[in-house]
Amino acid sequence: MKKISVIAAGAALIAFVAGEAQAQATLDAVKKRGQVICGVSQSLPGFANPDAQGNWAGFDVDMCRAVAAAVFGDAKRVKFVPTTAKERFTALQSGEVDFLARNTTWTMSRDTQLGFDFVGINFYDGQGFMVTKKLGVKSALELKGATVCTQTGTTTEQNLADFFRANKMEYKVVAFEKNDEVLAAYDSGRCDVFTTDRSGLAADRTKLKNPNDHVILPEVISKEPLGPLVRHGDNNWGDIVRWAFFVMLNAEELGVDSKNVDEMKKSANPEIKRMLGIEGDFGKMVGLDNNWAYNVIKLVGNYAESYDRNVGPNTPIALSRGVNALWTKGGLQYAPPIR
Amino acid sequence: MAVDVRETARAPDTPIWLDSRYRAIFFQVVLLVIVLGFGAYIFHNTYANLERRGIASGFGFLGSTAGFDIIMHLVPYSAASSFGQALLVGLLNTLVVAGIGIVFATMLGFVIGVARLSRNWLIARLAAVYIEGIRNIPLLLQIIFWYQVLGKSTPGPRQSIGILGLFFINNRGLYMPAPVFQEGFWLAPVALAIGIVASIVVFRWARARQVATGQQFPILWTSLGLTFGLPLLALIVMGMPFHWDYPELQGFNFSGGMVLIPEFISLTFALVVYTAAFIGETVRAGIMAVSHGQTEAAYALGLRPGPTLRLVIIPQAMRVIIPPMTSQYLNLTKNSSLATAIAYPDLVAVFAGTVLNQTGQAVECIAITMAVYLTTSLTTSVFMNWFNTKMALRER
Ligand SMILES: N[C@@H](CCC(=O)N[C@@H](CS)C(=O)NCC(=O)O)C(=O)O
Repeated sequence: MKKISVIAAGAALIAFVAGEAQAQATLDAVKKRGQVICGVSQSLPGFANPDAQGNWAGFDVDMCRAVAAAVFGDAKRVKFVPTTAKERFTALQSGEVDFLARNTTWTMSRDTQLGFDFVGINFYDGQGFMVTKKLGVKSALELKGATVCTQTGTTTEQNLADFFRANKMEYKVVAFEKNDEVLAAYDSGRCDVFTTDRSGLAADRTKLKNPNDHVILPEVISKEPLGPLVRHGDNNWGDIVRWAFFVMLNAEELGVDSKNVDEMKKSANPEIKRMLGIEGDFGKMVGLDNNWAYNVIKLVGNYAESYDRNVGPNTPIALSRGVNALWTKGGLQYAPPIR
Repeated sequence: MAVDVRETARAPDTPIWLDSRYRAIFFQVVLLVIVLGFGAYIFHNTYANLERRGIASGFGFLGSTAGFDIIMHLVPYSAASSFGQALLVGLLNTLVVAGIGIVFATMLGFVIGVARLSRNWLIARLAAVYIEGIRNIPLLLQIIFWYQVLGKSTPGPRQSIGILGLFFINNRGLYMPAPVFQEGFWLAPVALAIGIVASIVVFRWARARQVATGQQFPILWTSLGLTFGLPLLALIVMGMPFHWDYPELQGFNFSGGMVLIPEFISLTFALVVYTAAFIGETVRAGIMAVSHGQTEAAYALGLRPGPTLRLVIIPQAMRVIIPPMTSQYLNLTKNSSLATAIAYPDLVAVFAGTVLNQTGQAVECIAITMAVYLTTSLTTSVFMNWFNTKMALRER
C-alpha cells in the first residue's frame, strides 16, 4: 500500500515534470488505447468489488462501464484501477486513470485546489457511525472517550474531528490507509467505533462475520455528495462522463431501461428520440457516436437498474432509495435535459 | 601529489583549447551548466504543468488549519492546529521510534553478536538461528505480524490485564501512571544536567589518573550515583514536587496516565528485533577482525575473559563496527516509515499521507518529507563520523 502510494506520488511527480498538457486529449488517448481506465475502490461491496474471477461489479463500476459504453459501444472496455482513499487523487492528477468513480465526496478544495472537476452527484450520502450492538450505544452523542477507526485521506477524518470538537467530546482516532485494515482493526476491537459514509458502513457491514451484531447509529454528521470526477482542464472529457451519468438518470425518468430500449427507439416522445439518437446530433456534440446513450442504457441500464442491482433493498447492502430517488418521486436526483 | 612541472606548464605555442588543464576546467563547467540547466528545466516544467492543471502550489498551506486529529502527539496538537504543526508531530513520532529503536537495537545486537561467538554451542546456535531467521523475513511482514499478535493477544479495555493496579494492558495499548509536575520540579532537571556534566569531568579525571598512575577508579558507580542521585536529592529537598496521575477505567476506556499505543509498541519492537540481527552480524565481524593474538596477549598478561573483551577486544572491534553501524541506524530510521502499514502516525503517514491528501500538494509534501529524512540521516552520519574519529586508533 505504501509502495503503491509512493509509486503514485512518483508518477505524479514525473507527470508534472515531464507531462505535456492533456487538455482535450483524454478522449483521443482513450480511443487510441481502446480502453477507459477507471479509478475505483479496492473492494467495497455494492460499489466496486471484484468477484473471485476478477470481474468487477458495483454502482461505481457501472459508472465506469457507462462511459466505456458511450465511447466504444462496449461496456467491457474498461480497465479498473483499485485505489486507496489516499492514492486516488494522485492517480487522477498524474493521468494514471481517466476518471474516478470511487465514492468520492465533492468538496470545494478538491474541485479547485486539487485541480479536478466533479461531473455530478451519483449518490447523496452522509457520514455515520457503526458500533457493536453489545456496547449498547444508541446515539453518537454517547461516544465520549471512544476510539474511532477510519481511513486516511478522506473527508471522514476531518468530519470526525469537527463532530467531536463541536460536541466537546474527547476521542481517539486510529487512521489506516486501507479500508480493509480499518475494518480488521474495528473487528479485532482496536476501536469502539467505525466511521465512514453511511453507504460505506452498510457495504462494509456485509463483510463482517455477523453483520447483525453491528448497528449504524442514527446521526448523519456530514453531507457527502459522492460523484465521478475528472481532471480539470479537459472539458470535453468532463462532458462525456457527465452526460453518460445524466443519460442513466434521464432514462429512468423517461421509463427507458436496458430491456425496453430497443422498443423505445420507436417511441413518439421527442425527449426519448433525442436521447436515443433518433433525432438530433447529441452524440456528436461530445465527440461520440449518436448511439452513445442507447449503448449506455442497453449495456449498463438506467440509474434505477444500476441502483437496485448493486445496493438496493434486495441486495445485502439493502439501501433504500431515500434522497437518491428521482426528483419526480421526492428525491434529489435530477438530470438536465438532453436538448 | 607530485606535480610534474613539465606537463602543466603550457608550451608557448599550444593554443588554449588544447591545453589539458583548461580543457578539464572547461568540461567541468559544461557539465555543471548542463546539470543546473536540467534542474531548472524540471523545476520550470513542473511548475508550469501544475499551473496549467489548476493545482495549487507553494508552501502557504503549512499555515492553514489541519482539521484532523492524530492519536499520538508529543507536542500539543489538535484538529485546530496547522498543517505545519502536524508535520512537527509526525517528525517527532518518527524520531521517537528511531531513537528508542536505535538504543534497544544496539543493546540487543551486541548481545546477539557476542552470543553468536560464544563457546557455548547452544547459545551460539540460538544466536545464529535468530539472525538467519529474522534478517531473511521482510520487515513489513514482521511489523504486521507483531501488530496482529499484539492485537489478538490482548483483551478489551474492560478485561484489561492489570499489574499492581498501576499498569494496564489491553488492545488499546499499555497504560501507566504519568507524573504530573508541580512547582519546584525545575530543580530536578537542573540537578540531572549537573550530574551528567560532573560524571564527564570525573570520567576524564579518572582516565588521566589511570594513564598516569595505573590506579583504577569505580567510574561506573560514581557516574550512576551522580546522574541519578543528584536529581533524587533535588526532589527530596523540594519536598517531592510531583504526583502521579493514574489510569482509570472510564466509559469506553482508560483515561488519565500515559499510554503507549499498540502501533508504537509493535513498530518499535519489530524494528529493534530486525535491526538487531544486522547489528549482531556487524558486531561479530568486528570482533572477528581483531586478531586472536590480542586475546592471547591479554590472557598472558593475566586479564580475565570479561575485561579482555571489554578493554582489549571491543575497543579495537569498534573501529570496524562503527561505519556499518551508522548504516544500520540510518536504515532503522528510514524503515520506520513502514509505520503507515499499521496506522502509526509517523512523518510519512501524517505528512506525506494525510496532509498530502487533504491539501493535494504532492510535490511540496514529498519534497519536504524527503528533505526532513535527508537532514535526519545527515545529522546521524555526522554524529557517527565524529564518534568514529573519537574511537579511531590513536598512534602514539
Ligand atoms: N467519501 C469520502 C470517503 C470515501 C472513502 O474512501 N470511503 C472508504 C470507506 S467506505 C472506501 O470507500 N473504502 C473502500 C476502499 O478503500 O476500497 C471521501 O471522499 O473522502
